[in-house]
Amino acid sequence: MKKTKFGIVVFPGTWSDQDCYHAVSTILGNQSVFLWHKETDLKDIDCLILPGGFSYGDYLRPGAIARFSPIMNEIIKFANSGKPVIGICNGFQILCEANLLPGILLPNNVLEFRCAKTHLRVENNVSTFSNECNSNQILNIPISHGEGNYYANNDTLEELEGNDRILFRYSSESGDISKNYNPNGSINNIAGIINKNKNVLGMMPHPERSCESILGSTDGNYIFKSIMKSITQS
Amino acid sequence: MNMKKNLEQKLYDLALKKTEYTQIIEKIGREPNDLELGLFGSLWSEHCGYQHSKPLLKKFKFSNDNILVDAGSQNAGAVDIGNGLAAVFKIESHNHPSAVEPVQGAATGIGGIVRDILAMGARPVALMNSLRFGDMSLKNDIHIFNGVIAGISEYGNCIGIPNVGGEIVFDESYNNNPLVNAFCLGIVKHDEIVEAKVGDVDNILILAGSRTGKDGIHGASGLASQTLEEESTSKSTVQVGDPFLEKLLIEACLEVIKEDGFVGLQDLGAAGLTSSVVEAAERSKKGVELNLDQIKLRDISMTPYEIMLSESQERMLVSCKPGNEKSIIEIFKKWDLEAYQIGKVINKPYINIYYKNELVADLPIAPLVECPTYTLNPVKPKTIKSNVQFNFDIKHFENHVAEFISNNNLSSRNSVFRRYDHQVQNNTVIIPGHSSAGIRVKETGDTLLLTTDGNSRYCSVDPYKGTLITVAESCRNISTLGGTPLAITNCLNFGNPENPEVYYQLDQATTALSEASKFFNAPVISGNVSLYNETNNGAIKPSPIISTLGILKNGTNITKSGFVNDNDIVYLLGIDNLELDLESLHGSEYENYFYKSVTGIPEIDLDKEKILQDTNRELINKGLINSANDCSDGGLLVTLLEKCFLGGKGFEFTINLNNNNLIPTLFGEVNSRIVISISSNNEKKLLNHLDQSILPYIKIGKVKSDDFIITQKFSLNLASMKDKWLNKLNHISN
Repeated sequence: MKKTKFGIVVFPGTWSDQDCYHAVSTILGNQSVFLWHKETDLKDIDCLILPGGFSYGDYLRPGAIARFSPIMNEIIKFANSGKPVIGICNGFQILCEANLLPGILLPNNVLEFRCAKTHLRVENNVSTFSNECNSNQILNIPISHGEGNYYANNDTLEELEGNDRILFRYSSESGDISKNYNPNGSINNIAGIINKNKNVLGMMPHPERSCESILGSTDGNYIFKSIMKSITQS
Repeated sequence: MNMKKNLEQKLYDLALKKTEYTQIIEKIGREPNDLELGLFGSLWSEHCGYQHSKPLLKKFKFSNDNILVDAGSQNAGAVDIGNGLAAVFKIESHNHPSAVEPVQGAATGIGGIVRDILAMGARPVALMNSLRFGDMSLKNDIHIFNGVIAGISEYGNCIGIPNVGGEIVFDESYNNNPLVNAFCLGIVKHDEIVEAKVGDVDNILILAGSRTGKDGIHGASGLASQTLEEESTSKSTVQVGDPFLEKLLIEACLEVIKEDGFVGLQDLGAAGLTSSVVEAAERSKKGVELNLDQIKLRDISMTPYEIMLSESQERMLVSCKPGNEKSIIEIFKKWDLEAYQIGKVINKPYINIYYKNELVADLPIAPLVECPTYTLNPVKPKTIKSNVQFNFDIKHFENHVAEFISNNNLSSRNSVFRRYDHQVQNNTVIIPGHSSAGIRVKETGDTLLLTTDGNSRYCSVDPYKGTLITVAESCRNISTLGGTPLAITNCLNFGNPENPEVYYQLDQATTALSEASKFFNAPVISGNVSLYNETNNGAIKPSPIISTLGILKNGTNITKSGFVNDNDIVYLLGIDNLELDLESLHGSEYENYFYKSVTGIPEIDLDKEKILQDTNRELINKGLINSANDCSDGGLLVTLLEKCFLGGKGFEFTINLNNNNLIPTLFGEVNSRIVISISSNNEKKLLNHLDQSILPYIKIGKVKSDDFIITQKFSLNLASMKDKWLNKLNHISN
């Protein structure tokens, strides 16, 4: 079977790079390389991960500076070629700033940073990123962000809802989608979306933090294993 | 510095005494110029020179074979954690800056302690905070509370180090004088431990990181060495932090220390470049020549005095062999950081400072670091006899319990800890809110257990016993989850040491810490002293904060704090009856909360404590225990309720409680107790084990799916109580 090679982008201020490496390489046995933000060679990777952190300190707006990094042109080309890209937390914010995904991440409606256990309901289990999940499976994957309140205008929302582009929604442990289980005020409890071509995922929760039972959950592995499956089968 | 200032004003600014000025003249054989006086003032301050505490800190002599770097020799101590790895850790205060400017004070407290750990060559892997706030009756204290939590959250979350909690206490004695102690743990290979030294002659000194600005001048000498009344207008002495730069500095420094020609690394903390350069030169018994014209400034009008005393954050000093400076500077540049040569090492043990091609300071290193110390005659404060008359109203018992468990000191810290990223680095196997936090070491599979503890209630009635109890509790928090205490760091927060009664507290506390650390075989490997914690309402309660690091071997099976299974059997270890008397309420949180009073003398039997901890550890190693909690603040009922809340379970006493002493039994505080729950099929093995030991124990009840039944007459509604317990601190912050 073909091994999957992940590329993990490192911006100044990124801090989930090592955790992503731990999840996809140490735990799941894939090859992975770090890609410094000034690089322009993506080193023949199969899947690109934009990890969490505070790129450039996020002093202007999360992701707003990172999207001008030298590596971004290559990332856009890579995404446009149809290969899988996953943006986690700050990575999601960067993908929105770079217009690879629609909408924007506003400050949490609780106006505070939240590091907490959250449950996600899988809304579409046939994508590159969720094909290892059951329909409506509940994933235990934590969040850690101050600005993860997803917002998009009505037209965009209709487009997302109508085309199965919402991959994950915040829910209860039993799958109830209500405000009580929405940790940040995201519209329609959206936790993760994909682009029109369905090869770019942005999600605020951290799948790389739920890769070992000792850390509380292994549900994040469903997402990485889905990517591995799509790549090895393609 | 304004040249027109008279000597008296200059000495006041630097918190130097006239006698000390005379000593300076004697030591250098002439009058110092203003810059030189500034160097002396900051290095001879309590904060840098430990004027009043140094003689007392000498008591911490005990060490053992696990200790790789002893206290005081470097920026932090180091202890062996197996497989060629060492844990480096330290706790440090940032109390006064946090009182003046809470957000930046707390934020830069984290930045500073992280750089201390970094300066040892270690990757920082965990943060914690020990926090003390006023009783929330003053608007200013609510402002301080909100600011401090926001500062910790904003700075800590940005730098990619998990903050695994710590403790938060509220008490009137901290009104307008919060204690903000920041802890950092790092991990480094034994042979890669870095020293804060300059090395040999001609080595190059490189300054890296943030530019030098006017912030924080007199932070060490003024802010940290005077009482808070004197510093209401001290805002400009508080530094401003930039966590993004800190994150870059961490990564860059960890790369630099592996570079050829690297010699030493030192952070710039209190007293900025002055203490950094002088201390590093002293360690190498060499001198340094600095050229201030090379230093990149935020404000070009800065004088040499301001440049040398600036406490601008996120700066590190690197020493390297000549010829290697270019490649080292290149690494900083890769991380978008400024780095440049500012001087070199000279043979003559002097600090020579050049500014605009003139020699503006020329001082021998030795007297700068030989700060005069003061030993006072401690005076024992008068003990106040207890006059508390407890009077219980059992009719409204449930409300009574609900009010107590949801008071600021006992309620859940979740609404604060969820604002800290406690999971980054994928090692947090015990999240905040348990006896201790747990950080897995990926290389060994073991878990490091971390805890911070302080008990200013006990210390205020007896600083000696209070400190013994604090160390015992700190070690107990490690042993409760099956770990073995390895080493201790401490932060001694006290009032003005020039007051003989405060000096007595400091003297007693240091004696107790030294004895207890030896008793528990956990050497003190680092620490910090914060004195002058006083407002015009007087000194804070004596607050030695003890932070213990423990190790849990093969830590894949983590003992829970909350109850686990319905019908599990609950035992109380350390005591063989449930009939506590009124004495047990003296000095307790119950007395403190309901009677606004702390009386009595706390007691502890260290031998019994040790047997308790050893026994609990053995039971965990045998796999007999499903959950364990130490029983301390608030007493037995609080421990049981927490176990219910954390596990989503209920509880029923299976032994009959005597209504006549229900309150002391449920809320009294007796040291050396641990509550455990076990599966019923392990009960025989448990009893076999316990009966071989002299440790007293008693079976008290069983776990239920819901409900909390105390006696046939009393039960508690857990759901509404949990809601109050969980959300109390959230209401302060809103």
